Amino acid sequence: MSPMNVVVCVKQIPDPAAPGSLDPTTRTLDRSGKLILDDSDSYGVEMALQLAGNVDGSEVTIVSMAPNGETSGLRTALAMGAAKAILVSDDALAGSDALSTAKVLAAAIRRAEPDLVIAATESTDGYTGTLPVQVAELLGMPSVTFAKSVSTDGSTVKVERQTEAGYDDVESPLPAVVTVTAGVVEPRYPSFKGIMAAKSKPVDVLSLADLGIDPSQVGAAGARQEIVDVRAAEERASGEIVVDEGDGAQRIVAFLEQLKVI
Amino acid sequence: MDRIWVLAETGEQGPTPLTLELLTAARGLASTVEAVAWGTETASLAGPLGEFGATKVYDVGDLGGALPGAPVASAMAALVGQGDAPDAVLVPASYDGRDVAGRLSAKLDRPVLTNVTGLTEADGSLVTEHPVFGGTQIVAARFTAAGPGIFVVRAKSFTAEPAGGGPAEVVAAPAGDVGATGAARIVDRHVEAASGPKLDEAAVVVSGGRGLGGGEHYAMIEELASLLHGAAGASRAIVDAGWVPYSHQVGQTGKTVKPTVYVAAGISGATQHLVGMKGSKNIVAINKDQEAPIFSVADLGIVGDVHKVLPALIEALKSRG
Ligand SMILES: Cc1cc2nc3c(=O)[nH]c(=O)nc-3n(C[C@H](O)[C@H](O)[C@H](O)COP(=O)(O)OP(=O)(O)OC[C@H]3O[C@@H](n4cnc5c(N)ncnc54)[C@H](O)[C@@H]3O)c2cc1C
Ligand SMILES: Nc1ncnc2c1ncn2[C@@H]1O[C@H](COP(=O)(O)O)[C@@H](O)[C@H]1O
Repeated sequence: MSPMNVVVCVKQIPDPAAPGSLDPTTRTLDRSGKLILDDSDSYGVEMALQLAGNVDGSEVTIVSMAPNGETSGLRTALAMGAAKAILVSDDALAGSDALSTAKVLAAAIRRAEPDLVIAATESTDGYTGTLPVQVAELLGMPSVTFAKSVSTDGSTVKVERQTEAGYDDVESPLPAVVTVTAGVVEPRYPSFKGIMAAKSKPVDVLSLADLGIDPSQVGAAGARQEIVDVRAAEERASGEIVVDEGDGAQRIVAFLEQLKVI
Repeated sequence: MDRIWVLAETGEQGPTPLTLELLTAARGLASTVEAVAWGTETASLAGPLGEFGATKVYDVGDLGGALPGAPVASAMAALVGQGDAPDAVLVPASYDGRDVAGRLSAKLDRPVLTNVTGLTEADGSLVTEHPVFGGTQIVAARFTAAGPGIFVVRAKSFTAEPAGGGPAEVVAAPAGDVGATGAARIVDRHVEAASGPKLDEAAVVVSGGRGLGGGEHYAMIEELASLLHGAAGASRAIVDAGWVPYSHQVGQTGKTVKPTVYVAAGISGATQHLVGMKGSKNIVAINKDQEAPIFSVADLGIVGDVHKVLPALIEALKSRG
């Protein structure tokens, strides 16, 4: 089996544990703070490392688009074991919609000449879940989304794809784009050695000009959707909260009776 | 609005509930509603799709085992290329729906609005609603460029109602050659055993979370669900832990449910879980932690141990016969 270039798309996002907020002027997600590797993508990185690890000479390249030359999330992926990274960062990208992001990522991914591109089914902060398929279409590749298991022999990828009723066995020739769901593999923790090694791994930082993309087509300038309003959702009033004194079940029975459910 | 297309997905019993919800919504927004369908049974869909308001069904035909994303989007793009563009395309937020939306977006060079939970018309364009931050805020958005706009809509955002229309006219809409993009093939299907009503259709949903303490205790959730003629759901924590299959997951990355009664047992109530169930008419929560966020949406909250409350509840319901 010949060596493979595996590309993993990773998003660097604000820490989801910190309460999110919308920038009051642009009404887009505030991404000004420190960014971390999206947890959803740690599964993709692990999957890629395992698939590449099976074949000598295979390599995992991380691709990300993020503001302000942000690399902290990339370093996490490199510390896990990826060989190198491509970061696209350009002030003109602020406010990009998913299709513009896909165009930028597709251009960056093409440079890595991938045999297999891995992404998450959806990101934690944006969760549009369409981006990887848009990338596949732009690259002219097949795609298999919602993978719960992935294997490859270097020319074909075999995927167990989640469905409404269970799962399908899906096969696709390479190169292809595969999106993985959370929980498919157990992401490794970067070792101390890995963290030290990551500091000197190559990160290729590209601008739009490097990719030959016209800045007016992307970012806020090229966005073709806008937020017209943000409002608080109707709050659901909470009802009666009681401590179980051995009568909890009876209270639920009475509640269900009152609703005529039983 | 002149014309809206609805991507029509089929399950074992004809069009999926979400497809019918989208047809109903489309009827309220446009004078003409048309469906796009695929598969070997498309002819039999003319009746049910027509009943919910579609006048035409574009039939992509049998995909021969290919995943739908590439061929179905290609057929739709071809129709648009022939000058047949609708004002908007409504796509179910489902596995295949999202694939079709992503492919179509790139083919037509139009962005997509996803996770839509509401649609209204204002000044001739569609305005969407999206819950953000676990549903605590609602963002309204719209497209600013030429259509067709592509909207991926979540289940239970609209209520399906038949319009009493006659069968739709079926028109062949072949995919054409999709080259490498269509090369992914389904070689086998696996169906996980299921009994009782479907999670997103049941009047009662009983969900369990990590507070159950172990996968073996999920049997209590299933027994209670069955006694209440309902469906069993789960938090993501126990799906990721492998206690139950993903198809049971309720929440942002799982199903949206709006039953008459939702029972949450041993679930903390993270925003990503709440967004999938807080539209339920009545919510009962059982949690040993008085501070658990699930209590903020509960109509009846029992601060107690699931290992005491659930067995007692099951016994009480059984003794009622
Ligand atoms: C991008 C993203 C998407 C997500 N999507 C989803 C989603 O779709 N659905 C979803 O559910 N989650 C989702 N999550 C995960 C979510 O944030 C929570 O981690 C998850 O919902 C927690 O599950 P839980 O309530 O079962 O577990 P925990 O948060 O661990 O809560 C367990 C609860 O059980 C209680 N408990 C413990 N023992 C007992 C007992 N003996 N009796 C009674 N109560 C007890 C505890 O007090 C606690 O409140 C998502 C997260 C992210 C980042
Ligand atoms: N800015 C980005 N840089 C790299 N990968 C991304 C980016 N945005 C999205 N992705 C990838 O696409 C997946 C789906 O993202 P989304 O469409 O936002 O749900 C993510 O989980 C990532 O794998």
